[in-house]
Amino acid sequence: MDQSEIVIIGGGHAGGSAVAFLRQYGWAGGITMVGAEPLLPYHRPPLSKAWLKAEADAASLALRPAKFYADNRIDCRLNTVATRIDRAAKTIELAGGESLAYDHLILAPGARARRLALPGAGLAGVLELRTAADADRLQSVLGPGRTLAIIGGGYIGLEVAASARALGTEVVIIEREPRLLARVASPELSSFFQRLHCAKGVTLELNAGVAALEGDDRIQAVRFSDGRRIACDAALVGVGAIPNDELARDAGLACDGGIEVDLHARTEDPAIYAIGDCSRRPLPHYARNFRLESVPNAIEQAKQAAASICARPPPVPEVPWFWSDQYDLRLQIAGLPFDATETVLRGSPESAAFAVFHLGADATVQAVEAVNAAPEFMAGKLLIAKRHPVSRERLGDMAVSMKDLL
Amino acid sequence: MPKVTFIEHDGTAHSVEAQLGLSLMLAAITNNVPGIDADCGGECACATCHVYIEPDWQQRVTEISGPPNAQEASMLSFAATTQASSRLACQIIVTETLDGLSVRMPDGQH
Repeated sequence: MDQSEIVIIGGGHAGGSAVAFLRQYGWAGGITMVGAEPLLPYHRPPLSKAWLKAEADAASLALRPAKFYADNRIDCRLNTVATRIDRAAKTIELAGGESLAYDHLILAPGARARRLALPGAGLAGVLELRTAADADRLQSVLGPGRTLAIIGGGYIGLEVAASARALGTEVVIIEREPRLLARVASPELSSFFQRLHCAKGVTLELNAGVAALEGDDRIQAVRFSDGRRIACDAALVGVGAIPNDELARDAGLACDGGIEVDLHARTEDPAIYAIGDCSRRPLPHYARNFRLESVPNAIEQAKQAAASICARPPPVPEVPWFWSDQYDLRLQIAGLPFDATETVLRGSPESAAFAVFHLGADATVQAVEAVNAAPEFMAGKLLIAKRHPVSRERLGDMAVSMKDLL
Repeated sequence: MPKVTFIEHDGTAHSVEAQLGLSLMLAAITNNVPGIDADCGGECACATCHVYIEPDWQQRVTEISGPPNAQEASMLSFAATTQASSRLACQIIVTETLDGLSVRMPDGQH
């Protein structure tokens, strides 16, 4: 048997997927997966949705059952933190002093929630949502008669708002920018989701700076920079994530808002890969490097790293995509509108089934945001990959089927 | 537990035990069958668990899990290499009557 060893730091979606692809691609040597959390790899997207509403159990949350790791001879070190990489010795150190030797090292430590640097940010009841443990804490403060202040109108905030409303919680979303999803969606989409959440009884506070979180030892109110104050029983802070790139940086690997990797998910050290939320990767469709926080990205990069290690042809680069479920609506996004110069609306937001296409100056599709519009999402993804110019008139005409635009 | 067989595009067959009441996609994922990616985890949002149901089984699968709903049909109609027998494995529920089911997989899921 091959005695080579692969060590994976991180037991999230990226690490868990890498393990599976390595065995699928025939890796016969050892695999050790070091995860800081007490759980085997699990699906994070349901944490803000089904899990929060107690509609999912631990078995359905798991990426794969425990038996999979035993069957595939994966040494899972849970509740275990890696503290140092020694590139010269090709070892990693664990908290507690043990060291593990590697031939290939895959870094998949994810990202952590950005925290507020404000008075009161450390009060009890000020929560974040990255892990199942976070979700359980959040769940315990939801329900009728409770008020949840959500600081940050991004996807985490909006998904939690929808779940919290479903559980009868009063919800206030506080956003510094003039619109929800300001950094990640078009103004058309922002207006749609603002109307939706208002109709569902969410209070929106836009253009709202937070000055402090107030309370004795537990949060009782959020104070705005204009002096106003709203009472709450808990606050969820969803203001973005920071890549966990410290181990890589301490080991001298290039990092720039994420660990720098190539299309094989390889860092500048040929024995070290970095995948998932922690990495900054090339986006071939957009000729630039970027850090993506998404499940599809974690899986794609896991595939890239496993293919490289197992000397298989690299996978075909995928168009980045994302999804978000809120209330009974499904948002699917393909691509990123870096170089978009105009948008084309297809369908009507009033009907709650529509898509916003983002076109570049050369009339190619750069991105599509599709609400309850699976054909537009799927066709849009194909159009982005093809890079063929499209007619904006036909794209905006619901009488022209998406199939005819391919 | 019912046995189901996943046949890769190159003909490699994987016969696995599928847990009752869970999806066909989960049977593949649990047993690490290559070729079923299931990016979205069973939300019918990605079309990366695309399979072709072998002819003898199509009617029984439809009886048990129903025909594709609007979301699945839309996703499938734009998936690579769709055929009349195409389904998303996340939408097929494993029952005793599917013991012996055989499905083929496309060349790729992306």
